[in-house]
Amino acid sequence: MDSLPGRPVPPTSDLATSLLCVRSLSKRFGGLLATDSLDLDVWPGELHALIGPNGAGKTTALAQIAGELAPTAGAIHFGGVEISKTSVPWRVRRGLARTFQITQLLPEFTAEANVAVAVQVHRGHSFRFWADVHRDRTLRQPARACLEQVGLGSRAAALAGELSYGEQRQLELAVALATKPRLLMLDEPLAGLGPAEAGEMIGLLKTLKGRIAILLVEHDMDAVFGLADRITVLTNGRRMAVGSPDEIRSNAEVRTAYLGEE
Amino acid sequence: MFGALRGYGTRTASVVVIGAALLIALPWIAVATGDAALTSLATRMMIYGLAAVSLDLVLGIGGMISFGHAAYFGLGSYVVGILAFHASSGDPLFGGLPGTNLVIIAWPAAVIVSAAVALVLGALCLRTEGVSFIMITLAFAQVLYFFFVSLTIYGGDDGLLLHGRNVIAGYDLRNPILFYYVCFGLLAAFVVICRRLVDSPFGQIIQGARQNERRMAAIGVSTYRYKLVCFTIGGAAAGLAGALMANYARFVSPDLMHWTESGQLMVMVILGGVGTLFGPVLGAALIVGLEATLTSLTEHWKFVLGPILILAVLFTRGGLFGLLTGQTRAPNK
Repeated sequence: MDSLPGRPVPPTSDLATSLLCVRSLSKRFGGLLATDSLDLDVWPGELHALIGPNGAGKTTALAQIAGELAPTAGAIHFGGVEISKTSVPWRVRRGLARTFQITQLLPEFTAEANVAVAVQVHRGHSFRFWADVHRDRTLRQPARACLEQVGLGSRAAALAGELSYGEQRQLELAVALATKPRLLMLDEPLAGLGPAEAGEMIGLLKTLKGRIAILLVEHDMDAVFGLADRITVLTNGRRMAVGSPDEIRSNAEVRTAYLGEE
Repeated sequence: MFGALRGYGTRTASVVVIGAALLIALPWIAVATGDAALTSLATRMMIYGLAAVSLDLVLGIGGMISFGHAAYFGLGSYVVGILAFHASSGDPLFGGLPGTNLVIIAWPAAVIVSAAVALVLGALCLRTEGVSFIMITLAFAQVLYFFFVSLTIYGGDDGLLLHGRNVIAGYDLRNPILFYYVCFGLLAAFVVICRRLVDSPFGQIIQGARQNERRMAAIGVSTYRYKLVCFTIGGAAAGLAGALMANYARFVSPDLMHWTESGQLMVMVILGGVGTLFGPVLGAALIVGLEATLTSLTEHWKFVLGPILILAVLFTRGGLFGLLTGQTRAPNK
């Protein structure tokens, strides 16, 4: 296993039991150590929250796990395979999906077409030049099912660019689900949503919980403590604590450093 | 054939059907009115139309702003020109291959050479994006331009005269009406092919890449190879248009691949409607038509073209095609 010199190699049991196993992950931007020997484990089927104050390096960590940023050092194992040198599409095809803090959709496609492209890609290569995707029920039906699952069934024919912000976040989730992920990484899915929309999104995450492993980055502490099976607390790019919501809530260090209590 | 109209409203479908009917009837209208030059002018419009549609596939559908598209147009015409040159001189090409005047050999050769060069240059250019992509496609096209300028055996700067047009199944394309319909058939076929491509799984990927590369990576696809295939298809069709142009003018010269020619193809696409596939044919017809009518009045005809282009960009959403049909872009529903 590839890790920083002098750092303990994790017991192999971690690798065997964890779906995602991050060890000694570091990312340096010039003088700034944005991720500082981070360890993180997501077990199969759990909803694991990653929290920390602004600038703690949550999004940077997520970007390295997703493959958009190359780590300076450390190892990332997904399903027992070392993935830290692989491309974003490679990881997605093996079941590592994500949603973005700032929505990334195909604005000129309908909501249904956004999901259908993901279904199509998941199925295999797209060097097919003569078939009409609009008549392909084997693409349309799974796409429709994903939209229904996130509560967007009635908006299937709307252009993604014309959906409300809340609907766009739901659509991001539908697209991610269409890739049939084993681990779903959600980057602040509640940010910018009104109370009603946030309530819907939390309800949706509850229906997904237990069926897919989820790594959740979120600032809404009520939502995090209500949803998460385990929580990792990040400060200055390092793991400060990991444990169940109750353990984190009663951790004195976390309370003073982050939860804002005396 | 009518599958090409799927997803369009009645108004758009009417515009396309009327346009196609006009093009089919045009040589007979020209004969009836005794205006033989009309057929020749419309042939030129359709040849540029084919080149412009091929650029629209790359630029409008695939979102790759290629500023060197005329390189493939020029290459296609040089393949026809050089093969014809060797056919009349009797010297073999590359020490072994005979020249030819046959459509069935010369035109596929033009398509294959253009596609091969587009594949190689595209593979390099697509490693960049944004302004770098625009500049590197322009740079490669200029390299080809200067290569043919310095190729004195084929006329260099002065170009190469063809003694006649190519021969198809025993018929000489010197017959203007036959040549007209050959051009129309190829243009129509390519537009239909492009419309099918847009709706295909392949088309979904390249349109997705145009809209949001990051999203495409996040659903698990590397778009590079798809964009490269799209770029190559565009180059191949531009090469075919070039082969037609060599026959039309019976003359090929490096000017066909000069960067101003690439710019003119872009103007046709923008004026006609980016990403509409039918629109660039209108754009090409307008530019070629303006050039023909205005150059007889003044040599500064581009002085008139400029304001027209500015008005079109400012006041039409989706160019001429958008103006006529109220439709921007090819539908994706």
